[in-house]
Amino acid sequence: MDLHTVTEVISPAAPGQWRPGDAWLGGGTALLGEPRPEIVRLLDLTAAGWPAVTERADGVEIAATCTIAELIETLGRYPIVGQCCHSFLASFKIWNVATVGGNLCASLPAGPMISLGAALDGVCALIGPDGAERRVPVAEFVTGEGVNVLRPGELLRAIHLPSAAVGALTSYRRGSLFRNGRSAALLIGRRLDRGGLALTVTAATRRPHVLRFDRGPDANELAAALAEIPAEQYVTDVHGHPDWRRHLTGLYAEQIRVELGEGA
Amino acid sequence: MSVEINGKSHEREPRPGQCLRTYLREEGCFGVKKGCDSGDCGACTVHVDGRPVHSCVYPAFRAQGRRVTTIEGLADGDGLHPVQRSFLEAQGFQCGFCTAGLIMTTAALTDDQRGDLPRSLKGNLCRCTGYRAVADAVAGVRHRTLPEAGAAVGASLGAPAGPQVVTGTARYTFDVDVPGVLHLKVLRSPHAHARIVAIDRTAAMRVEGVITVLTHEDAPDTLFSTAQHENVAEDPADTRVLDEIVRFKGQRVAAVVATTEAAAEEACRRLLVEYEVLPAIVDPVEALRAGGRVVGELHAALGDVDAGFAEADAVYEETFRTARVQHASLETHGAVGWRDEDGRLVIRSSTQTPFLTRRAVASVFDLPLDSVRVIAGRVGGGFGGKQEMLVEDLVALAVMRTGRPVKWEYTRAEQFYGATTRHPFIVTAKAGARRDGTITALTLNVLVDTGAYGNHGPSVMFHGCHESIAVYKCANMRTDAHTVYTHTVPAGAFRGYGLGQVTFAVESVLDEVSRMIGMDPVTFRELNVVRAGDELTSPGDHTEDLGIASYGLDQCLNRMRAAFAPSALSAPAAPAPVPAVPAPAPAPPGWLVGEGMAIAMIAAGPPGGHIADATIRVLPEGRYELSVGTAEFGNGSTTVHAQIAADELGVTPDMIVIRQSDTDVVRHDTGAFASTGVVVAGKAVLRAARALKANGGEIAHGHFDGTPRSVAFNAQYFQVAVDPDTGELRILRSIHSADAGTVMNPLQLRGQIEGGVAQALGATLAEHVDIDDSGEVTTTSFRQYHLPTFADTPFTEVHFADTTDEIGPLGAKSMSESPFNPVSPALANALRDAIGVRMTSIPFTADRIWQAMQPPAGPLAHRRHHPRP
Repeated sequence: MDLHTVTEVISPAAPGQWRPGDAWLGGGTALLGEPRPEIVRLLDLTAAGWPAVTERADGVEIAATCTIAELIETLGRYPIVGQCCHSFLASFKIWNVATVGGNLCASLPAGPMISLGAALDGVCALIGPDGAERRVPVAEFVTGEGVNVLRPGELLRAIHLPSAAVGALTSYRRGSLFRNGRSAALLIGRRLDRGGLALTVTAATRRPHVLRFDRGPDANELAAALAEIPAEQYVTDVHGHPDWRRHLTGLYAEQIRVELGEGA
Repeated sequence: MSVEINGKSHEREPRPGQCLRTYLREEGCFGVKKGCDSGDCGACTVHVDGRPVHSCVYPAFRAQGRRVTTIEGLADGDGLHPVQRSFLEAQGFQCGFCTAGLIMTTAALTDDQRGDLPRSLKGNLCRCTGYRAVADAVAGVRHRTLPEAGAAVGASLGAPAGPQVVTGTARYTFDVDVPGVLHLKVLRSPHAHARIVAIDRTAAMRVEGVITVLTHEDAPDTLFSTAQHENVAEDPADTRVLDEIVRFKGQRVAAVVATTEAAAEEACRRLLVEYEVLPAIVDPVEALRAGGRVVGELHAALGDVDAGFAEADAVYEETFRTARVQHASLETHGAVGWRDEDGRLVIRSSTQTPFLTRRAVASVFDLPLDSVRVIAGRVGGGFGGKQEMLVEDLVALAVMRTGRPVKWEYTRAEQFYGATTRHPFIVTAKAGARRDGTITALTLNVLVDTGAYGNHGPSVMFHGCHESIAVYKCANMRTDAHTVYTHTVPAGAFRGYGLGQVTFAVESVLDEVSRMIGMDPVTFRELNVVRAGDELTSPGDHTEDLGIASYGLDQCLNRMRAAFAPSALSAPAAPAPVPAVPAPAPAPPGWLVGEGMAIAMIAAGPPGGHIADATIRVLPEGRYELSVGTAEFGNGSTTVHAQIAADELGVTPDMIVIRQSDTDVVRHDTGAFASTGVVVAGKAVLRAARALKANGGEIAHGHFDGTPRSVAFNAQYFQVAVDPDTGELRILRSIHSADAGTVMNPLQLRGQIEGGVAQALGATLAEHVDIDDSGEVTTTSFRQYHLPTFADTPFTEVHFADTTDEIGPLGAKSMSESPFNPVSPALANALRDAIGVRMTSIPFTADRIWQAMQPPAGPLAHRRHHPRP
């Protein structure tokens, strides 16, 4: 929709240009999707020319401005990447414009790039107004529904996925009220070295919860670990009752545990 | 830097915060539609550098230096792009508002994506078709026929506007350039109930571009109803253009008229309003208890219900609830008004009732009727929501105050908190039957929440309590019904007009009763339904002009019997469905499977009169001009009018040139609502054509006053599967049987039924407008309010009964609202058969189904379980 209060677009924008009333602009699909009368200037990051995906020996760097279409084109050979892209409520047309960074910064429980990044031990590179960079794990970047650790003027530059995680065996489960609908629970299991398991719970909860098991848990151990997630962490909105989300979380977690091999 | 649009360079620079959709429309590409404005519906799909995007969430500045292709530029030259041709040949649209976006999306699909349409088309919402027609269009199935002279009625003629729809050149309400138009925006109430103490306009008037601010001090004192009926007295006059008292969160408080939308919005934010907050009631049960809030009631009985229940072998009683549902027509409400060269007030509106709206505007502002003209372009979906004057009054006031053209287009969010919804009902139904299958007593206790205003409230209640039970012969019936005001967004007319809500309760209860006496549900219906020659009775006074002028319910029930037991089909060969029927999907292992059915009856037209005038004039070269008042919003009436006129005059339908939905073209037309497009307006067309043929000359008129009326019948069957682990429900089979009298256009009729079933499935499985304790609507976009998508909508087998009506034109009956009505109970009955639990509140979302299946806990959990024998 038209953002009528916007009076200026800075394109390309750079760290340090931000002032109150500004918004960093990725693809724009989230920013233009709701009224935002508080925004005066758009600081366009997509024109900065950051390479979308850079594959290195230690892992993959995904620019915040990498579109979902670019992500699946370059990294779609990893099943979990495709699964997460298809977890968007939005269609492939939105993929042509929406960015990985935009999805993280919207910080919604159902944000599938948050699921992907958290499940693969991703680390966010954030750049402050003074140009200083700090690194925050994706799983800790989102702190609540629509809330994240970004400080005023700080921007998300990239997400780094370590190579060990990107190539790991994963298992994916998703629940929604509707086929192809918005995620109500999205769980990803990743097999760790020496038979361990990293289980990432997203969509069902207000922020990602990553459970780590040095060795494959049995059903009771898994259930006990899930029980540590406080009941109030389960999302209460129109996309699914919290009791049901909690039930799906337990159901899918157990399926993932079995799929990735009990104690394997 | 310029933007290249359809091969031409456009030099005008976009505004900084502008989305591409608005820029393209300003550059004249009206085929790019504003549907949701949030990236969800896909009506604005265009290609940027060859890739499809939703232009409503694409920053316009970014299109500079890029190539943009819109529907207007999709085809090479003047021909049609293959996808446009496919949509035309398959008639893959109804109102057509979503069609340009669907075509642009389809044109960009890879072969893989074409193979997975549920996923590929999840960014394209169609509210009309139920997607089967879309699937056929994508697959290149040809349905449209071009009948020879005299053979149009009964043929699958395409909509006359089809070529415009598929090329993006059909002109909807705002697809016109009105030079110098001003923009209107409203400030809406933050309180559910308050008195406006003062409005300070000073800061608002200082915003550059603001022309005027309108408040209750500028509005006439006249009370009216936003609801539009032929008989004005049908709805309580309880509404002002702008009121000193606001009665729901979201009600108009003040309007700003400015040279830009931006200025109007900014000025709204700067209005300072002092409110005296008043007590509010948002719950209808509380409203009934509080007293003084009843706006309609019915207390009546037939026979002796106590005696009836006493002789029953089985009695079942349960309370059912239905949710608020939004019409979600993809074109929002809105109007643009101006003064014509004669000084007349002209309003171009997205309305189902141009003539009644003209009357209402004239009445509210005390103007002579002939000083107001109301026009509807092609309307982008209605479903009853536009049988209402929600914008025209304020646009009229703004035009009169400023002397300039004024436009007001609802945002999608305003549709949710500032328009109307389906009436939420609470219905307690009780039925008793003997073991031989006779229904001995039936009672209804109905509570209708009309919201802050009474528009349609009493009428929806009366209608809901009539055909839903009049379809049964039962000597002992009692109805107690109330419609109450609450301080919530008003409810209004919505497909089915109360019948769907009450039918949900009645048909669910009868399903349980049939289980209790050990009888299959079809036989139980057959024993109790009205038959040809029977009177239609239900408690209360009803107009006497309604009767069974053709009867096909027996055929509908035969179809239901065949659905339950395919080998038992003994029905006479009815016209076969057009399509090949896909094989039913198997249930996944471990899922619970069940089946169920329900029936519905509907009056073909409203009580109290529904008037249509039609005029046919001879044109040169063997053509005829047909003038009708009826608006076209995908209902297909226009197609049928052309068919009727063509056959009577012995020409092919393309020789009929239609002028419509303009108060200048005929004397009167009550409007396109209450399923009257064919049976009332169509009859006026038939009479005009016959008069021209009989009398000769250059011109002839036809008139019909909508009485007497017949009834149409519908029956729906579902087989469903439910995952006990997650509550996920899948529809394995959906079968609908309809008695519409003579089938005027099988393709369109099928489309109406499929669309009605799909829309009802939305209300049954997904949709709910939520209101919090403070009266605030919390579901204000298509992300929070889930409309059925391609993936959610099953294939529905459609069967037509073979009947000919004695009243309707050429034997036709109405069939636009009624397919909706049996869907919720049929689904509920199938779900109950699958999971063993009677669910009583729609929608049945997966989380609620899962919760219903959990082991009982607590005193309310004793469920009566009556397995089928």
